[in-house]
Amino acid sequence: MIPSAFGYVRASSLANAIDLLRQDPEGTRLVAGGHTLIPTLKLRLASPALLVDIRGIADMRGISIDDKAIRIGALTTHAELLASQQLNDVFPIFRQTATRIADPQVRNRGTIGGSIANADPAADWPAVVIALNAELEIVGPTGSRRVPAKDFFVDIFTTVLEPAEVLAAIHLRRPTLGARFIYRKIRHPASGYAVVGVAVGLRMEDGLVAEMSIGVTGAASHAFSGDAATRFLMAKPLSHESIEEAAKLVSEATECLSDRYASAEYRASLVRTETKRALLSLAA
Amino acid sequence: MNAPLPPYVGQPVKRREDFKFLTGKGRYVDDIKLPGMLYMAIARSPHAHAIIKNVDLGPARASPGVRLVLAGKDLDGRIGPIVPNWIIPGSRVPFRPVIAIDRVRFVGECVALVVAETLAQAYDAVDLIDVEYGVLPAVTDETAAIRDDAPQLHENVAGNVTTIYRVRGGDYAKAAQEADQVIQLRIANNRLIPTCMETRSVIAAPDPDDTLTVYMPSQVPHMHRRWIAETVGIPEHRLRVVAPDIGGGFGAKMHLYPEELLCPYLARELGVPVKWWESRSESHQSTSHGRAHTETIEVAIRNDGTILGMKVDTLGNVGAYLSNMATGGPTVNTVNFGTGNYKIANYEATSRIVVTNTVPVDAYRGYGRPEGAYIAERAIDAVARHLNIDQVEIRRKNFIQRTDFPYRPYGSMGTIYDTGNYDGLLEKALAAFDYEARCTEREALRRHGIYRGIGVAAYTHMCGMAPSRRLAMSGFDRGGWESARVAIDSSGRATVYSGSMSQGHGHVTSLSQIAADVLQIPIENIDVIQGDTRQVQAGHGTFNSRSMAVGGSSLHVCSQQIVAKAKKIAAGMLEVDEKDVAYSAGQFSVPGTDITPLSFAKVARMAYVGHKLPDGVAPGLDETVFYDPTGMSAPSGVHLAYVEVDPETGIVTILDYVAVDDVGTLINPMLAQGQIHGGVVQGIAQALYEEVSYDPDSGQLLTGSLLDYAVPRAEHVPNITSLFQETPSPTNPIGVKGIGESGSIAAPPCMVHAVLDALAPFGITHLDMPLTPPRIWAAVQRARNGANQ
Repeated sequence: MIPSAFGYVRASSLANAIDLLRQDPEGTRLVAGGHTLIPTLKLRLASPALLVDIRGIADMRGISIDDKAIRIGALTTHAELLASQQLNDVFPIFRQTATRIADPQVRNRGTIGGSIANADPAADWPAVVIALNAELEIVGPTGSRRVPAKDFFVDIFTTVLEPAEVLAAIHLRRPTLGARFIYRKIRHPASGYAVVGVAVGLRMEDGLVAEMSIGVTGAASHAFSGDAATRFLMAKPLSHESIEEAAKLVSEATECLSDRYASAEYRASLVRTETKRALLSLAA
Repeated sequence: MNAPLPPYVGQPVKRREDFKFLTGKGRYVDDIKLPGMLYMAIARSPHAHAIIKNVDLGPARASPGVRLVLAGKDLDGRIGPIVPNWIIPGSRVPFRPVIAIDRVRFVGECVALVVAETLAQAYDAVDLIDVEYGVLPAVTDETAAIRDDAPQLHENVAGNVTTIYRVRGGDYAKAAQEADQVIQLRIANNRLIPTCMETRSVIAAPDPDDTLTVYMPSQVPHMHRRWIAETVGIPEHRLRVVAPDIGGGFGAKMHLYPEELLCPYLARELGVPVKWWESRSESHQSTSHGRAHTETIEVAIRNDGTILGMKVDTLGNVGAYLSNMATGGPTVNTVNFGTGNYKIANYEATSRIVVTNTVPVDAYRGYGRPEGAYIAERAIDAVARHLNIDQVEIRRKNFIQRTDFPYRPYGSMGTIYDTGNYDGLLEKALAAFDYEARCTEREALRRHGIYRGIGVAAYTHMCGMAPSRRLAMSGFDRGGWESARVAIDSSGRATVYSGSMSQGHGHVTSLSQIAADVLQIPIENIDVIQGDTRQVQAGHGTFNSRSMAVGGSSLHVCSQQIVAKAKKIAAGMLEVDEKDVAYSAGQFSVPGTDITPLSFAKVARMAYVGHKLPDGVAPGLDETVFYDPTGMSAPSGVHLAYVEVDPETGIVTILDYVAVDDVGTLINPMLAQGQIHGGVVQGIAQALYEEVSYDPDSGQLLTGSLLDYAVPRAEHVPNITSLFQETPSPTNPIGVKGIGESGSIAAPPCMVHAVLDALAPFGITHLDMPLTPPRIWAAVQRARNGANQ
């Protein structure tokens, strides 16, 4: 199909993009990779008056790493995350996740910021940034703020972003020595999106759980954090029984989605199975 | 690559047509841009069943760039109706206008059209067309549509059943009485979307000499010429249909669709070229779907595994109208083959064709034969499971034996299997698969909670529908012949004009291999022309695995006629009697003499200068043959699959797949393997991934895009071992059998059997396709819960 007519502007800066958004929040859409927006326009499910192309905004691009922290610009593509050796030396979960997103063509254009800000309930990065305890840098007309990833997602395609706010970057702390992360994903056979995706971080100390984090996507209306399981396992040794119990807690944490392809019961079962398998492989 | 040397038939000659495709130089309909071309877009029904109360075209007509806007009533009596090409005797044929006039019967049915200067303008104007509907209750499922209280689609189709077709052989009732047991099963054959890489597209362009050229990706260009001429009212000889390169057809591009009639009509009305191009989401709701059956089966058995009889009831969902071949699929093509590769003397089948508020269903790779094989194979596997007999043993026990051919299943008049050696296929497949070792491994792993399964499926069918007079008996309004023309130029090079139509098959390669061996000229000296009714004399096109068996045979016979005539000319040139002339290695010689042989090129030149032709021999070396086969070929095969099922997630991993097929003489083993690979992938797709879903209440199409409809990707399919057994068919001069449909026939039951075998420890004996992870998981849950109770 072909979209209906729309205006197009390349934002000269982040401030410029925010200004354009503020002028007509309803009729304006930001476009970066365009991998959700362009098909939506082609199917005429959305007909914004103006597209603001943010790809040229330099300070929203690239990965910077120092001794303590990592900043990933929201415009960084899945392919760049996959290719960055420096990033993957610290967090191999980026490569592991990016290779499970769609195909190379999509990865070359789609961005991590788009994936997070769009808040598709089945997108991959939301689970990963939750498990990494990321902070999301949001810039708006009145300045910038940082929101923990686990508090960012509110509902299906809904986040804490205000109408004229832009997700600018993802901030991560370097992990403590010994911390390991894994992302497990069951792909929908047609869309390639996660039927369920589970990202888990774990650090053991003296045989006991010292740090743990769980992000889940695909299962519910939005990505969520498996806090109850984390609380349950903290300072405990990992055993088949404790892992089973933790996985059960994650699967019971929220009401799962049900659709034509997969029932809520199936999704809950996948959350449990994949959490269990993630923990078993991290414990191994 | 070194040029291959003759004989070419039997060699894996590389595809001669691929250079242009691999370098992006293929030319598809959408690549064609003509000066002054306008664009048509279609307004489609958002309702599955509704009365059209009012259509307001005013705002669309006023939209920028718009040249013409028409609704159904504007065309009523001018073009159409669309009539099927295959009408099983006794069928009630509903009226199908080109554009709906007062009632719509499926989501996606055309209700109005726009012609505009750009495609974007055409789409904008479509959004402005305002149709007032009075929504009616809809029915989408074939079992629901035959209930007494079901919404009725057509006044002349009482009970929504257009056709009742029966097959009888022996005495099933008696067999059931004499049987130790009668087992029953009910199976669904999931509705599929034939997903071509290239969607449909049409350009109709008026020529200054009052002819009309229609560019379209057609599997059957000459058939389309006839249908468009008859339905739009154009003298057939004034109509030229051109099918350029095609990105897949699989049956979907051999029917007659509204857009293929509208563009020619509009181009003549407006005097300029008019183009329509189908988007993917439009394709899902306007191009024919496939399969969509429900079958109820009874098998009368002895406890030793002997099958005494079978009874089959088929409900074939054909959508809202009878599409081109719709009455033939669930009937002749399905239930005639319901006994599969097995000796089952007593057989009784009834097939009912049911209309529903869905996209019309028509031929899709295998058309009816996958459904037929699924009946036979699921039945015999159920018998094996029920009696606890090995799945291989039960087949060996009931197979038609190689000495039985030609074989008429259940004493049928019309169904004849020409040749076969099923035990040979089975043994070869078992050896390649290492069956015994895999059985041992499966048992060992089960003890560790790893669930692996082995699936077996055999198939046979008939393809290359022929001879022509038999098609008449089944109500099929076309012939079974194919035509070929071989035109030799004065240098001895050949141009082959074939009525077959490649949609990516590689006909340029395989057809030139056939011609080259008879003509004894290098393959490089042969060009193949297809898909232009102004160049190719006549034809039926490519479907029903007929291109080599029928198209290839016609070319073989035609090439022989060329050689026969060249021999006459050579005899004149050599001043000897024709019967003394031998032709080998491209040379006409007189064995036993020292007469200098003549090359084919020299003879060709003489044919055209005509100076020294024998009396009664006309100039030229250019022959045309219309070849009507005496019968149909019956390919067969045995496929084996090895899978692992994760009961916690329901995910199926295909570990191995072995296909052994008997497609008669192999023309090109590499292309043959390609056909098997492609067919098996489409069969795996049906078994594990693809299913069209409709909301049963609203009749909305739920799998409206490739986001929801799962066409397998590389990650979803295994390596496939493809082996052959060559039993030449006696029904044609080159001994070939059809191949294109084989994989899609064998793979669905093979995969289902493998998964059911893996799930056997859970006591699961039946699942309907597609075997998606959620569906398998739910079955395991049910089994576990049942076991706990």
